[in-house]
Amino acid sequence: MNWLLDLTPDEWNAVRLSIKVALVAMVASLPPGILIALLLARGQFWGKTLLNGLVHLPLILPPVVTGYLLLLTFGKRGPAGAFLAEHFGIVFSFRWTGAALACGVMGFPLMVRAIRLSIEAVDRKMEAAAGTLGANPLWVFATITLPLILPGLIAGSILAFAKAMGEFGATITFVSNIPGETQTLPSAIYTFTQVPGGDEGALRLTLISIIISMAALVASEVLARRVGRRMDIE
Amino acid sequence: MSIRVDISHRLGDFAIDIRFESAGRLTALFGPSGSGKTTLINMIAGLIRPDKGRIEVDGRVLVDTAAGIFVPKHKRRIGMVFQDARLFPHMSVMGNLRYGRWFTPAAERYADMDGVVDLLGIGALLGRRPAKLSGGEKQRVAIGRALLASPKLLLMDEPLASLDEARKSEILPYIERLRDETRIPIVYVSHSVAEVARLASDVVMLAQGKVLASGPTEAVMQRLDLLPAEERGEGGAVLDTKVLRHDEVFGMSVLGSAAGEIRVPRLAMKAGAPVRIRIRARDVMIATDKPTGLSALNILPGTVVAMSPGEGPTVEVAIDCNGATVLARITEQSRQALKLQLGGRVFAVIKTVSFDRANTGAGLPAEADG
Repeated sequence: MNWLLDLTPDEWNAVRLSIKVALVAMVASLPPGILIALLLARGQFWGKTLLNGLVHLPLILPPVVTGYLLLLTFGKRGPAGAFLAEHFGIVFSFRWTGAALACGVMGFPLMVRAIRLSIEAVDRKMEAAAGTLGANPLWVFATITLPLILPGLIAGSILAFAKAMGEFGATITFVSNIPGETQTLPSAIYTFTQVPGGDEGALRLTLISIIISMAALVASEVLARRVGRRMDIE
Repeated sequence: MSIRVDISHRLGDFAIDIRFESAGRLTALFGPSGSGKTTLINMIAGLIRPDKGRIEVDGRVLVDTAAGIFVPKHKRRIGMVFQDARLFPHMSVMGNLRYGRWFTPAAERYADMDGVVDLLGIGALLGRRPAKLSGGEKQRVAIGRALLASPKLLLMDEPLASLDEARKSEILPYIERLRDETRIPIVYVSHSVAEVARLASDVVMLAQGKVLASGPTEAVMQRLDLLPAEERGEGGAVLDTKVLRHDEVFGMSVLGSAAGEIRVPRLAMKAGAPVRIRIRARDVMIATDKPTGLSALNILPGTVVAMSPGEGPTVEVAIDCNGATVLARITEQSRQALKLQLGGRVFAVIKTVSFDRANTGAGLPAEADG
């Protein structure tokens, strides 16, 4: 155990950064994830197939390609990157925020899929019943739809978190591998494997990576079961 | 309080064209499945938008396609009880009951929690989850949930259809109570003669998207020819009576009606309580002389006022018994043998045992005297 927790400052940084990046990526993806899932599950509009394809793109493209596209769009000279930097002071390139963006984009299709499935499973008659009781559509969404899709939200969030913990290709392409800023666990492990005598560090970080992912999975199972019991859906 | 409906709507090949008015305490939309009654009630609730027409409740226009008016469902203040209860699974019974109250402007809240819980007998269920309730309990909670939103009109879409007979007779008294003890008008969808005869003050009879007849229950239910085939055997006269006294020795109750005294099996009701009974036409025999040496206890003198051919070899005979009409279904052979004529003096004979829970208001167990 001592051997496992006896980390160098750089290694600690990588662990902390990874968790921070994954949490931010997960939380920031939730609102757009719910919105897109709603659109895909219930919307009827021109270009729905296109939107669906776009959302799933990171799942099928090589991560390096996604990372490069992010660099082109959100880099210092990219259209979105320049706009955000100028007007909101948000900079992505070579920052941890960029790592979070890359991780969020890579996990997005997984999250949307999970939420979309749970929205499609919601009995719309429940929503109609809430409407006859005086709830306007926004209230219906907040008090009926959202609680009913909670298991899907949890599952989607955990998937996105796990994906973010393991994201490597898009992150390293977009924001490089700067210790303390953009060096997440996978990047750190990769760095260890590139230097002589780095095996021990790589193994340590690998074990920590496994522990965090397992903990997230168990937490989601416990949470989902508790929600399920509370709801007692027949 | 009145409801005015005049709509036309198309669903594929099915055309609905319905026009009626009702000011009743409980208006039944009655008809076989596929008659458009559920579509109609969904239009009143605002869940379906009619192609064309107008819906007005208590002077308030909810739909007027010509004027471009369509009040959304959450602004109608119309409560709805669905056939499948539709309780929110993620809330307790209490949470379900409180839901609508939240959205009702404080000045318009008239339903109070204690009163409704008491009325429906759901006090013991408040902490439970919907999944832990029986079908009958769910339906009572669903009624309570709709009531607590303080609606101006209560719609009930076949609330008993998915329940077995025992559960039905568990809920019926609560609906009667609702009709008699609250001031909310009710529109009740049903395909059951028994329910409609027992509950409704007014009936709109529907078939294939059209109105066949509408008016007070006693009058509309006389039209045995309009009943859907599978319910025709249940058809008969509907009489409003009063409990006169109980015969404890033989376990019977004596009801007073315009037609005379009627003996039925003991009812769990106090003397003086109103009871609506349905006398199935198939349970009524006709005698031209006052019968003697007969086991049947109810012999009502009257006059033949109408005869119309029924299904197959039968004739439906309407007998005016001192202002109350009793219907009898007999064979054409019997009619000829008795030489029945319009205006002829006859006796309607009804066995006491032909009355059961389905055609007498059985009352709440809690109301039993004694």
